[in-house]
Amino acid sequence: MNKIASKIGEWILFVFTLALSILFLMPILVVLMNSFKGKFYISAAPFKLPTVGTFSGITNYITGLTRTGFLSAFGYSVFITVFSVSVIVLLTAMTAWYITRIDDKFSKGLYYLFAFSMIVPFQMVMFTLTKVANTLKLDNPIGIILVYLGFGAGLSAFMFCGFVKSVPIEVEEAALIDGGTPVQTFFQVVLPMLKPIMITVAILNTMWIWNDYLLPYLLIGNDYKTIPIAIQYLKGGYGSIDMGAMMAMLVLAIIPIIIFYLCCQKYIIKGVAAGAVKG
Amino acid sequence: MEKILKRYFPLFVLPTLIAFTVAFIVPFVLGGYLSFTKFTTVTDAKWVGIGNYIKAFSNKDFLSALWFTARFAIVSVLSINIFAFALALLLTKGFRGTNLFRTIFFMPNLIGGIVLGYIWKLIINGFLQHWSVTLTYSPSYGFWGLVVLMNWQMIGYMMIIYIAGIQSVPDTLIEAAKIDGATLWRILRSITIPLVMPSITICMFLTVSNSFKLFDQNLALTAGDPANRTSMLALDIFNTFYGKVGWEGVGQAKAVIFFILVALITLPQLLLTRSKEVEQ
Repeated sequence: MNKIASKIGEWILFVFTLALSILFLMPILVVLMNSFKGKFYISAAPFKLPTVGTFSGITNYITGLTRTGFLSAFGYSVFITVFSVSVIVLLTAMTAWYITRIDDKFSKGLYYLFAFSMIVPFQMVMFTLTKVANTLKLDNPIGIILVYLGFGAGLSAFMFCGFVKSVPIEVEEAALIDGGTPVQTFFQVVLPMLKPIMITVAILNTMWIWNDYLLPYLLIGNDYKTIPIAIQYLKGGYGSIDMGAMMAMLVLAIIPIIIFYLCCQKYIIKGVAAGAVKG
Repeated sequence: MEKILKRYFPLFVLPTLIAFTVAFIVPFVLGGYLSFTKFTTVTDAKWVGIGNYIKAFSNKDFLSALWFTARFAIVSVLSINIFAFALALLLTKGFRGTNLFRTIFFMPNLIGGIVLGYIWKLIINGFLQHWSVTLTYSPSYGFWGLVVLMNWQMIGYMMIIYIAGIQSVPDTLIEAAKIDGATLWRILRSITIPLVMPSITICMFLTVSNSFKLFDQNLALTAGDPANRTSMLALDIFNTFYGKVGWEGVGQAKAVIFFILVALITLPQLLLTRSKEVEQ
């Protein structure tokens, strides 16, 4: 009797959770559905399925692609994200190893500065960072990589430092005594041991840079639009939005994220949970 | 080892240090200084003492943003954590499909704020159509719209942290309590919640600071409409810098106040996670 009751209870919970997860997916499905409707039928009845009269095929996608230059935005987003993340992971790992192994005042000071930078919101440096970057001619897709390295260094170096402390120093010393240079030691001995934390740092930075709107908008937004800028640009200055193009672009913006998520889901969930140190 | 390694300082530290100086240290110090001056292009700064701060605190938009942000933070922190904890309890019962559900609930967290904002603008306007109004008709629509959006985005993330916490509660404790005749509610209150307290603390801090720093979602969903009544602090600072000529100094003063607020909220969390590191 008791067993049957608990089986039924489990089944009810399952159905409830299933309903909840469908509800959770609804907003994305509604956008997907509307991306195939004529632009005048979207705001009027967003929850109605497309009919023969309102179905517009891929018109919205074509309008959106031509109006926002989405393909070049996708290219810039990929370029900036891939290179910034690679540079951040490699260089902050090197820095973190150095300041953890060399225990002097300078290292300590730098460590605390990195930690401090994590609690500073972007708005605090928004205006001055833009001015500095303009003066130094960093306002292009290459220069912004250096800006991302500088502004993202705090969290990444902080996380690497925490991990390096738990790596046994004896292996490194043995490698150095055997005649290896610090560069060889770092790349052949230390880096392989840092792999788990490298994945975490890479994922956190990818999510940040891929979705970042304000920094690229202020620095390079006029000449080089990334995906979030292209979408915001669609809104225009006069309040009227082409809802069809907007829906299509939202779908195109979500697709790469879902693919990325499904490919490295395990690492993403673990990485995000581990990155909970960030405020 | 130290001696050899030190010679490699230019390779290991210098690149990061230069970027960190350019993108963080200089802008931070300069920003602090400029908040006490009147300027339009940085080079023409004139010292005005605390004038900008007085202007900031007597600025209607800023006070409205401060109040809006505080209310928003309280409501979303409570709702997100309650829902996330409940979901985590549900998904640790061990029934079929748990992994798939976890994947689905977490997914909105990966979507960027601008995209999220426009998704929810469509959905909420669709519902409001029954009453022939839109999202920007009243500030309270924008408020609750942002709360719903933020819940949708953050619940999955907090759920992951809570699941890890709940799974670390020893089964033997719960079994023993059941044998002693404890009700499910009693087990939750006296065993699960106290043992999951570290996760609760982390989630609280994360949701508060994320709510305070919200910008993209705010910009895309309402852009502050109607009449700046739904602007949060970050958006108000942006508008002060780039929307009002001659107000750059006040914008920077607002940014410093914002920084101090965020720092007060996130600093305890940072110290907490650090002290835990030391214990291990």
